[in-house]
Amino acid sequence: MDTLRTLPGDDVRQIMWRFTDRYDIQMVVQSARSLARGLVARLVAEGARKTHEWTDHKAQLLEAFDTSGLTALFMDPHQGGFIDGPKNLALALVAFELAWVDAGAATCSLATNLALAPIHERGTTEQRDEYMGRCVPPLPGEDRAPFRGAFALTEPLPYVGVETNTLVGKLRVAKWEEGEEPILQVDKRGRFITGMDFANFATCAVDTDDPRIKSSCIVIVEDTDPGLFDRGAPTLKMVHQLSSTRDPVFNVQVPANRIVGGYTVKDGVIVPNFTHSEIIGAVFHRTRVPVALMTTAKLLSAVEPVIRYQRQRFRGGDASEPGTPKYELGLQAKPDSVLRLVEIWAAGEAGASLGFATARLFDQLDPTEKEKDKVFAERGICGPKSQLTALRKVEKQAIEYLQMEAAPTRDEARFAELGQDTLVSYALLESLANILCPACKLWNTGNGATVMREALALMGGYGITEDCPGFLFYKWTDAQLEATYEGPEAVQRRQLSITMTNEVFLTRLRIIIEQFAALGEAKPETGATVVAKGLGLWLWTIEFLHRAKDPSGARLYHNRRQNVTFPMADALCWLMASYCQINDVMELAEKGPENAVVAEGLEGTLGFFTDLALVQAARAAGEASRVCASMVYGFGPQAAEELDAFDALRSQLDRSMAGAALAKDRAAQALTQVMIPEALDYPL
Amino acid sequence: MSAGYHIVVCGGIVPDPLQTLEPVQGPAGWGLKNELMLPAILDPWAGHALFEAANLAKNVPGSKVWLVSMGPKAKLQQVMMTIAQKVPFELVVLDGPASGFADAHETGAALAEAIAAIPGLDTSRLLVFGGWQSASRGAGATMQVIGEKLGIFEQFQGVDKLEILADGALRVLERVEGGSYQDSVVSGAPAVFGWATGELPEPPNNPQVGMQNMRLVMPALQKAKPVKLEKGPEYSGVQIPSQKRETRVVKDAPVDQIAKEIVDWLSA
Repeated sequence: MDTLRTLPGDDVRQIMWRFTDRYDIQMVVQSARSLARGLVARLVAEGARKTHEWTDHKAQLLEAFDTSGLTALFMDPHQGGFIDGPKNLALALVAFELAWVDAGAATCSLATNLALAPIHERGTTEQRDEYMGRCVPPLPGEDRAPFRGAFALTEPLPYVGVETNTLVGKLRVAKWEEGEEPILQVDKRGRFITGMDFANFATCAVDTDDPRIKSSCIVIVEDTDPGLFDRGAPTLKMVHQLSSTRDPVFNVQVPANRIVGGYTVKDGVIVPNFTHSEIIGAVFHRTRVPVALMTTAKLLSAVEPVIRYQRQRFRGGDASEPGTPKYELGLQAKPDSVLRLVEIWAAGEAGASLGFATARLFDQLDPTEKEKDKVFAERGICGPKSQLTALRKVEKQAIEYLQMEAAPTRDEARFAELGQDTLVSYALLESLANILCPACKLWNTGNGATVMREALALMGGYGITEDCPGFLFYKWTDAQLEATYEGPEAVQRRQLSITMTNEVFLTRLRIIIEQFAALGEAKPETGATVVAKGLGLWLWTIEFLHRAKDPSGARLYHNRRQNVTFPMADALCWLMASYCQINDVMELAEKGPENAVVAEGLEGTLGFFTDLALVQAARAAGEASRVCASMVYGFGPQAAEELDAFDALRSQLDRSMAGAALAKDRAAQALTQVMIPEALDYPL
Repeated sequence: MSAGYHIVVCGGIVPDPLQTLEPVQGPAGWGLKNELMLPAILDPWAGHALFEAANLAKNVPGSKVWLVSMGPKAKLQQVMMTIAQKVPFELVVLDGPASGFADAHETGAALAEAIAAIPGLDTSRLLVFGGWQSASRGAGATMQVIGEKLGIFEQFQGVDKLEILADGALRVLERVEGGSYQDSVVSGAPAVFGWATGELPEPPNNPQVGMQNMRLVMPALQKAKPVKLEKGPEYSGVQIPSQKRETRVVKDAPVDQIAKEIVDWLSA
């Protein structure tokens, strides 16, 4: 039987991550890779990470981002960019490529995008074109420096940002002449603000401190505004040292047209069109995905250096002679070393599948969201509460659409009618994005950090030295920041605990369970049955938790009962990652034969990825099973018939894992034979 | 030269040199183990030729650059995702082998035929560029064959510098033995130049250039002409140069002794 011959190349990844027909994205990937494995790797190897300060050494990154097109990637063509339409997948792939070497560089490349994101998502057309245009690097013949930005949300303790509704940053009216634009006083202290060393502008979240301003908002401040634009002290972080982070202080006066999204004046009061939390919701929805993929890139990037280390472990001394197993296989002669590496690779694959699926989903969601906003505007539905109510009303239609889509026969006219309804489309996409986005941010980074420790462990003592190829120690510690910034793990669990009980999502989940059960019947080697059984158990448990009570009579599933909601959120993440991984393997099976390069050796490549999928499915289902059991049994005695039903499902799940250990053995064996390059393609 | 040059760069693809390159004999002859699955790059020697061509075209108004490349088109497409971002060119694709074991004469003939068929090519203004050598066991003969087939007999090999003189003549520096250059002047096009490393660094990726090139690259890949080379030479044996590593474990050696051994080794 053929086995994995070489490490997967671009052709394989383009199929699995669905950008085979996007040469614009393929070029961006090559640009980012070239930069990562060139300049970024050199900076790390030369010790640029060993200071908190932003140095000239590190500043080379900015020019490199400009010249390689990464700075302009976020912009639309009419603003000076080169990719039309949504760019979530492109940005995710760039973050992945940069983080393959150093995630701080990835964060640095995203900093201005993050500053622009509030303007991009909710800014006025004029604000979008002005700021995005100014951030594009100068074209030939232009004499200007590109504008760079910072996103100032997080504040000094005790308030932090992200999910809090409380802001210390304040906005007041400084001057308001009759018939003229009001002048506003911005007073904001930031903490952990990325890009502050070189930012020309910052998008600051501020609350109203004036009865003449209705609500909080996000306001743009520039370094030339009158007042104080103090970049502050460098944050003494020990990770992501290739990104600039400082604690700035702003006390400046700006015209009211700097309020992101604009404002109206009603009865002598400035009413921002968007509060800060409305904008933040839209921004973090998207920017969390690249962060999730940063940690995933670390896991997959660790595979090659670990294999090389394992194989070469005993070469060069007197301990072994060429031709002996000890010389040729090194540590790989012992099964444990490769079995553990299989686990790391499998987790990396699942994370990548989940993250890129989410990025692609946002590429679908972006235009639908704009259409939805138009529909609401036409119907005069304003404000988040009214919009939420309106969307709740279409949930039934969304569920109807999902059921019709999955049914063997249907009323085609009704199906088409629902498919063309903007609000239905939006509800369908949003309900899934509300799961996948927090899931990838939570699982890829949190679990990824733990798995990264395993990768480091496989390098022995070498792993904690500066000589360790692949910068694995830095990657391990960097992963902890990725689990924290742009919404720490508790925030993601909290969001999931609400969104995972949405009926549209649960309907989709029931359909997924049926589809994967059928797939598992046809292709049991994929692990689809395991995922179907795992999701089935999870779904049963969620329903049980809604009807069950503890001995005190309190409901088990309740917002405040985080000993229930949070573990269930974790369990869902494991399963959704595995679900996405199997989908990607199936895509490779379907499209691989169409590509001459992938077709060569496809049997081995596909067999290996299928084994990884089954290994990961068993791991995910095991974790979900453990969580579900602790929910069902952990809160006091429950009805016997409930327990019997649960035990039956759990037993089915256990049995569905048949062959998973054999798959792991096969994958481990493949790792002893796969051809790897002679040397890492970036410096140590 | 007011009308500019028509510069045709011949450039193949080779496996990424960092990969493990292990010769194996298959049903179709010699090749590298898993060659089709290994990541490929533009042959570095041809890369230098391409960057020099683009620079020349930029400095001589009215010039145009074509890249004529033979290789499996799926592999070529991947390589183009990087190369197309470097400099402006129009791609001509021959869907054929890129193996280092292909016969230089057959390869040269196919490339010459493709060059002659380029629509609108003015042979009186033609400069044919390519790599003097190849990273994949180059025979060092392909460029000469192309020139002969096209009837271009002004040929220069190991070129590091090409300068346009005031009268339109071309001054060429070719590598010769002992680190010296042969300094020649040719009255003008047409001519063939097998480039060594040239003088230019690799340009950074520029996605704007890439998007511009891609408008023509993708159609060129789609209409690539299949090329089947006749059987070339038979190789009685193929092997990679053996690596030699001698390690001694010596404990407590004085610094002076270590230094002396290093100096002796360097002097040997």
